[in-house]
Amino acid sequence: MSWLIVGTVPEADYGLTWGSFVLRGREMLVGNRPLSVARGTPALMATAALAAQTLGIEAPQALIAGDTGTGEGSARLYARLVEGLGRCGYAGLTFHYLMPDVEWHNKILWGLEGLAHTPMLVADAGFMYAAKMSGFAAHYDLFTPDAGEMAFLADDTAPHPFYTRGFFLQEEERVPELIKAAHDGKNSARHLLVKGRVDHVAAAGRILSEVRFPDVPAMEPIGGTGDTLTGLVTALLAAGKPVPEACRIAALANRLMGSLADPDPSFGVADLLQFLPQALERALTLEGR
Amino acid sequence: MLLYPSTGEVIRAESALREAGVEAVVKGPPPDLRQGCDMVIEFCLMEEMRVREVLAERNLPPLRVAVVQDHLLEPVSLYHVKELGDFVMVRAANMKITVDRRNRRIVNISGGGCPDVPFLAEMLVGKTLDEAPEPRTLGRTLCGYALQLAFEEVCRQCRG
Repeated sequence: MSWLIVGTVPEADYGLTWGSFVLRGREMLVGNRPLSVARGTPALMATAALAAQTLGIEAPQALIAGDTGTGEGSARLYARLVEGLGRCGYAGLTFHYLMPDVEWHNKILWGLEGLAHTPMLVADAGFMYAAKMSGFAAHYDLFTPDAGEMAFLADDTAPHPFYTRGFFLQEEERVPELIKAAHDGKNSARHLLVKGRVDHVAAAGRILSEVRFPDVPAMEPIGGTGDTLTGLVTALLAAGKPVPEACRIAALANRLMGSLADPDPSFGVADLLQFLPQALERALTLEGR
Repeated sequence: MLLYPSTGEVIRAESALREAGVEAVVKGPPPDLRQGCDMVIEFCLMEEMRVREVLAERNLPPLRVAVVQDHLLEPVSLYHVKELGDFVMVRAANMKITVDRRNRRIVNISGGGCPDVPFLAEMLVGKTLDEAPEPRTLGRTLCGYALQLAFEEVCRQCRG
């Protein structure tokens, strides 16, 4: 069974597209239309496709729409997804850059949970914000926040990271406590992969493992390196890996990709992707898989 | 407080009020009005007539003007500045902007989760701080607004 990536692309006139896609160098072809792999959902899609190829599994599909922040593309996409839920024979879905909207979120979640087979659910970026605000975070299998977003998940009242109280400057040091607070407040998915100087893999409010090396500080400012991590974990879950194992291998592979590329802070994510197959293979070997 | 149907209109209304010298502060809406990516503009009730005038002149009429009963959520107001060799990265809330100090060029934008973030990154990355449009002129969400705050701080950090 395939996997569906759901997100937006930064072109206002990019129409709603649902189906398979192929990677061609620094571009993707979705149908006949090229899409630049710079950051955001296209970076996640490219990573998941490359990783799927390396793992020898079926390539994921995507449901995308153009949205430059008006929310119109996201709303069209939400409506199409709700309408097409009946034919959702996917093993899982990864939700990404989308306008946070609790009403649409709830329609989609309830629709997916009403299917004969409930797919595995992963949320990152805007859709994770909506999932937390909805009060149904615990219905998700995995969230992939960074340390700042972890502080948002831990803050009961914040509807968006923009309003997070406290912890702001110390959140990296307080990740374990934030993970527990988010779990206790029912604002966490069943598993968390918290991206940061140290990547944390957690389940039910408890840290299962940490990934610290290789440490490549220049990865933090590069836009899209969180998206590549979510793309990697998407492909590993699609390959059938258990969530904690998929998170750990993905975190290690993302770091190895950075180490192989040896970037400075001006690099783009497209400069890193050529190292992804080698990094993933090495991570699988190091993890004994 | 002023309520608008979209965050983009809030950003434009706040700019219009600031330009007109009216004290206006962006905050989070009360719980019963939250939908996801929201903000409202808080202003002093005594200035309501002036506020309405400015917004009417700019064709930015609010959906509603309501009296605040409870405390509104405060936006994040602290910045995190990190030096990375020749580069400086500034974070405001969940948004990060990185500039090459040698030529004041924006080399990366990361973080965020709303759909205008990748769009703003495409519009700003590669430009110098003087050439780049202010995120508030293009942004339409809370992430876009956070990027504006980070942009203002990195301009302070990289004064020519």
